[in-house]
Amino acid sequence: MENSIEIKAEEINFYYGTKQALKNINLEIYENQVTALIGPSGCGKSTFIRLLNRMNDLIPHSRVEGKIYFEGQNIFEENVDVVSLRQRVGMVFQKPNPFPKTIFENVSYGLEVKGIRDKQTIEEKVISSLNQAALWKEVKDRLHDSALGLSGGQQQRLCIARCLAVEPHVILFDEPCASLDPISTRSIEELILDLKKYYTIVIVTHNMQQAARISDFTAFLYLGELIEFGLTEKIFTIPKQKMTEEYLTGKFG
Amino acid sequence: MKNKLTQHLGFLLLWIAIIPTLFFLGTIIYFVCVKGISVISWEFLTEVPRRGMTEGGIAPVIVGTLYLTMGAILFSLPLGLACAIYLCEYSPAGYVVNVIRMSINNLAGVPSVVFGLFGLVVFVKFFGFGVSILSGSLTLGIMVLPQIISASQEALIAVPQSYREASLALGATHWQTIKKMVLPSALPGILTGVILSIGRAAGETAPILFTAATFYTRGYPDSIFSEVMALPYHIYALMTEGTHPEKQTAIAYGCALILMLLVLLMSALAIFLRQRQRSFYGK
Repeated sequence: MENSIEIKAEEINFYYGTKQALKNINLEIYENQVTALIGPSGCGKSTFIRLLNRMNDLIPHSRVEGKIYFEGQNIFEENVDVVSLRQRVGMVFQKPNPFPKTIFENVSYGLEVKGIRDKQTIEEKVISSLNQAALWKEVKDRLHDSALGLSGGQQQRLCIARCLAVEPHVILFDEPCASLDPISTRSIEELILDLKKYYTIVIVTHNMQQAARISDFTAFLYLGELIEFGLTEKIFTIPKQKMTEEYLTGKFG
Repeated sequence: MKNKLTQHLGFLLLWIAIIPTLFFLGTIIYFVCVKGISVISWEFLTEVPRRGMTEGGIAPVIVGTLYLTMGAILFSLPLGLACAIYLCEYSPAGYVVNVIRMSINNLAGVPSVVFGLFGLVVFVKFFGFGVSILSGSLTLGIMVLPQIISASQEALIAVPQSYREASLALGATHWQTIKKMVLPSALPGILTGVILSIGRAAGETAPILFTAATFYTRGYPDSIFSEVMALPYHIYALMTEGTHPEKQTAIAYGCALILMLLVLLMSALAIFLRQRQRSFYGK
């Protein structure tokens, strides 16, 4: 394998109050690859992915130990600018959450907060982002309508476009298809496969087939521990751990 | 069968409870209209009072009420909104915030005449603003402040957390998130608070009794330090003083009608703004 490491997590422990949600996680995420985090509900996969752009900062009484290296720096260090970290590590959430603004404004939002004022630059970026998210054709005639009028799948692709506009290096997907129908799910999956040429992708999913379909690497978490990590094809065919095998064959979960 | 009957009976009782409410609202509007409509004319709306307020119009009184109400909102909206933003978005939950919240709720329970006395001592005397539009506006503003704060707080809390997360995840700062995302979403709710406050500020008599209102001025106020006539106080004055009770009573009802219409008009404007916002943004 000749993949370079984009993110490296070292001995991560995470606590909600006194409850430990992640236990000593060591994990490497490779550049331009899709890494899937799988495991039953409550295993800590969402908690982990939300550490990567420090969204867990918002949770009161939570505490993290360990290091996560991104671009050569531990993101938990004091001098790290969280705003610029989040510009480089984008996130798409479980439930499509477009802003109650127009389609155009949703995509231009990230550019405006970055301080970009030039109208033409913004417009070009909005169009290219919508194109990249495979949404342009569907919305080009109603860019100035409310984003809330879009279907669930379209909303999620809009959220992806919104994220792409900021030009991140890494995109985190936190169960992006959990509330979508199979057809929308498929279009999102195709999109993710397309995006990995340009971005490093981490996806949380509790749909094992989805992990098998789109990921290059899979990490299996259970009760806050990383049970197994490796190439997806290996994990799904010859897992090393008995527990992984039992989960993948549906014995629990 | 019995359960169904009880249910029907319950609904019926609830429905009956609505009747007196509507009845009283209806009668109030009916009486004010019937007794007040006779004096309403173009002259009544545009001219100054004449002959000991038994003739002429009430234009300066309307203008006075508009100034006082607008002044109150201009003062209380920025202040109340800032408080609400601090309490909802910045302050860490805990003892201090609870005390602040409790104080605000208590402020809402203070009788309006007490605000009037407070205004007299603080604005009229201590700051030396005199009996003036400024003193009256500030007093009314403080009175409606709790209402503005709680309405704004509720509106801010109602903005889904997922919007805030999405904004932060795009690299927006906390302040950008509030300014560009949270406030626009909360605007309809904030405007609801403003609507209620307009109604209260325009209609209250006690807070302006010692701080702004006067029985009679010759014409229009010429600065924020002028004392003014205002509709609620004017009604009171017409009904308790003067020498032509019949004429004055009719004018008082006319004033009441105008006051109601004025509040309705100002509220309609706020409702219009709110609906426009909602129909576009909300579900």
